Formats: sequence, C-alpha cells, structure tokens
Amino acid sequence: MKDKIRIGCGAGFAGDRIEPALILTEKGNLDYLVLECLAERTIALAQKRKQHNSSLGYDELLEKRLINLLPLLVKHQTRLITNMGAANPVGAAMKVVEMANKQGISIKVAAVTGDDVFQFITGTEKSLEDGKPINAFGKIISANAYLGYEAILPALNTKADIIITGRVADPSLFLAPMIYEFGWDETDYSLLGKGTVLGHLLECAGQITGGYFADPISKPVPNMEILGHPYVDVDALGNGKISKVAGTGGSITVQTVKEQLLYEVLNPFEYITPDVKADFSKVQIEEIGPDEIYISGGLGFAKPSNLKVSVGYEAGFKGIGEISYAGAHALERGKLAAEIIQKRIGHSFPNLKIDLIGYNSLHPMELSNKSSPYEVRLRVAALCAQKIDAQLIGEEVEALYTNGPAGGGGARKYVEEVIGIVSILLDRKKIIPEFQVFTS
Amino acid sequence: MTRKLAEIAHSRAGDKGNTLILSLIPYDPLDFDLLVKKITVEKVKNHFKDQISGEVIRYVLPELKAIQFTCLNALSGGVNTSLALDTHGKSLSYALLEMEL
Repeated sequence: MKDKIRIGCGAGFAGDRIEPALILTEKGNLDYLVLECLAERTIALAQKRKQHNSSLGYDELLEKRLINLLPLLVKHQTRLITNMGAANPVGAAMKVVEMANKQGISIKVAAVTGDDVFQFITGTEKSLEDGKPINAFGKIISANAYLGYEAILPALNTKADIIITGRVADPSLFLAPMIYEFGWDETDYSLLGKGTVLGHLLECAGQITGGYFADPISKPVPNMEILGHPYVDVDALGNGKISKVAGTGGSITVQTVKEQLLYEVLNPFEYITPDVKADFSKVQIEEIGPDEIYISGGLGFAKPSNLKVSVGYEAGFKGIGEISYAGAHALERGKLAAEIIQKRIGHSFPNLKIDLIGYNSLHPMELSNKSSPYEVRLRVAALCAQKIDAQLIGEEVEALYTNGPAGGGGARKYVEEVIGIVSILLDRKKIIPEFQVFTS
Repeated sequence: MTRKLAEIAHSRAGDKGNTLILSLIPYDPLDFDLLVKKITVEKVKNHFKDQISGEVIRYVLPELKAIQFTCLNALSGGVNTSLALDTHGKSLSYALLEMEL
C-alpha cells in the first residue's frame, strides 16, 4: 500500500484546453490523471446524439484529447479517470481501444455505467427546483444520476489503465483512487471529507492555478498563456499538497485556493456528494513554497441516502440577434434600435430580452456605467417553442441595417436548441453501477 | 471618502441552476471583521435588487476568513434557459465588488 499518491487534473470542463494535460502527464510524474469534461447539460445533448447513432454519445473531443495522451499515459504508467463517456461510456471505451490498436498500444479500458436512470423515471417526480412534476417542463430526454466513488472502485480493482464514466460527481473522480490506494475505511467520513475537499479543489483544473482569477491590477498572474493545470500529492491521512509542473504559467496561492474552495458551493458547512457530506468551513490552507499549498482540516459526515438525478428536457429554441453602433450618439442609436425592435415584435415575444453590450448586458442596470461608451452592441434574445419563431429574432435585428438607426454594423443571428435541466432525488438503492472491460 | 469593495476584497461567482453563489474574501485577513459587519444580507439584496428575486443566505467562515452568499432565483432561470448574455452569471463577482463600503 502506498503512503502517497499524485493525482493531476488535466481538464476542468468540456471545452478545456488540451495541452495542459499533455504537460502534466509528460512532466508531472502522476499516478493518476483526471479529465473532468461533463457539465449538466452536456450529457443531455450527448443523449440526443446517441439516439441518432448508437455508437456515439460520448464526449465529442474524446479522440482529440486522447490521441497524443495515450502514448504518454502508457510511457509514464499514469492511470486515467475521466467522465468523457457522457451518455455512452461503453462506446467511448470501444473508441479508445480502437485508437490504441491503431497506435500499437496495449491497454485495458473500463467503462463504468449505471448512471443512466431514464428507465426508472415516470415523469411525475417533483423537481427539487420548484416542486413541479418534471414532465410539466417539456419532453424528457435524459435522466442521469450522480454516481459516487463506489461506481469507480470495482473498475480500479480490474487494474484498468483507463476508466471512463458517465455522470459521476466531480470530486468522486479523485476520491476513488485515494480510497483504492490507501484502503480507507469507507465509513471513515472524516477521511472521505478530506479527500472530497482535495477533489473539489482540483476538479476545475486551471481555476486553482490562476484561471478565472487573474486581474492585472488587483490579482496579477504570470504567464497566463501557458497556464499549467494542478496536481495534488495526497497522503494516507487525506492531507494534500497542491502544486503544478515547474515552468508552466499561472500561480497557486492561498487566494486562488480560497476562491476555488468556495466555488459553486451552496453551503460550505455541508457540501453534499454521493460519498459524504463534507464540511469545508475549517479547511486549513497553508503556503509552504512557491506554488505549493498544503491542505488539511476537511471534515465529513455520513453520505446521503438519495442520489441527485439531472433530468434533461426539450426547452424550445433560443433566437438571438446582434448589431453594433459606434461613434457619436452610439448609445442613443443603440437605444433607438432597441425601441424599434420592442415596438415591432415585442407583442409577439413576451419574454424578449434586449440589452446593449458595452452598457448594460452583464450587470444589473443600476451598476452600469452612466457615461456614454464609444460603441455599443444591441443584443436581442427570446426563448420560443418553435424554431421558426426563434429565427425571427435574428431576422428582425439584421433588418435594422436598412430599417433602423444610422451606421448599424456587424449584424449576426443565431438559433440554438435549448435543453433544460431539472433535478430530482432517487433512492440510491435503485441505482446499480456496473462496469465492462475492453483490451487493445 | 467612499471605498469600493474591490479595493479590499476579491470574489468568485459560481452557479447551481438558478442559484448564484458569490464568495467574498478580504485581501488582508484583518479586514474580515469589517466585511462581516458591513456586507450584510440586506445590503447584498439591495445591491442586486434587479438581479436576485429570491432569498440571500450568508455564511460567515472565520477560519477561512471568507464570506459566502448563496442567492436564490438570481440567474433568470439558470444557465440552460436564461436569455442573458452571461447565462452563468460568471461576471457578477465584479458586480458585488462594485458595492461601496
């Protein structure tokens, strides 16, 4: 049994950069690499792709991320744990085996399933958001439970080099190898809490090394263009040292760690995952060297009896149109354009959202800069049941070229299919994780 | 002379569905007590009256020297169906820091 393991996080969201994971694997001396690539909505979209082609439905960047990573993982004997399976972990595992065969690489890949609970859903379950039955939101297209470390442990036991999951709570991707390597007692919730703290700190990758943090005036971060992703050295007591590969950009400080510790945490005294209810409030964050932060003091309590399930539903179509104005009276002309649009189509679109980018599109109105900007961009958006109605938004904005204020330029129009997400709870006894192993 | 929160603290915004989560962390830990005293739930609610239509919960974290605000019904439905430009509300940390002390 090891007394210390090193886990790196090479991706913190579906669209993350590819290079940092390669650097981590090549130079980071990792035992494990985690790639977290699955947002709530991503899995619902993936489910739709799988409906069209049953061999698809895994992360669309799977091949792009792994093509150069595979040989490095083998060379450095680093095991990969990723949720890039999305709606089809088995399909993803088969694809990875196919890629390995092409490169003459011999590996074992495990696919973890069981998160897809669509078959258990009746539609009458009440949403956690507002108590309405979930079938009142729209046609339900997916239902995926957040699995915990328990789903990953059996796959680790097979000695698989690569473990591909669908929906798993992000910190569980990190907690599983800790429990596996240290043989932690699964009822020692204090240990599970500590491991969850470390997983939560790493799960957004660059967000702890200076990404989503840097401000050149108040929080300068060096060499952002080569931002490195983090790794943690975890010991058998669940304490960890977070650092990054020497020579990469960014910085890890008490400040970056504090921001990430609290990121997306609804209640810092009780952070609920499938594995544990973790208490983040007494975490100790200590700088022990440049870009080296020692983490201890996490706590934990018994895991919940229900698992959260993300339910995806068809929510219609979003229509968006944009056009810009600059120079003298830019703001006034932008406001005139907004008024024209409101009068032309506002009666048909009760939820029409009209903003001026550069003036009031991001923050509540009363905080907006009262001085006149040199340029503004009108943005009009509406959510519609029918695609044809959503298209009208962009068409009307584009028509402002010849039917609106002077000097309108750069009009663009978009229509997006919208997948909504609501959550329900499901008795965890109903959910049975499984795994399959494939070898190249 | 009025000071903006941005001069003494930093913040990160996160989202869970229609809930906005804002951390508030003083650069100097000695300013923590001042933040606890001054940046109340009422002040945050008032500052964001056009943004947040639900309850605001404040968690005071003396060991971390940080405050967390969990704001319900704050993101026009949330990332998936919101019509806002910034559907996640990621830029709203800097809206909090615009608050005057």
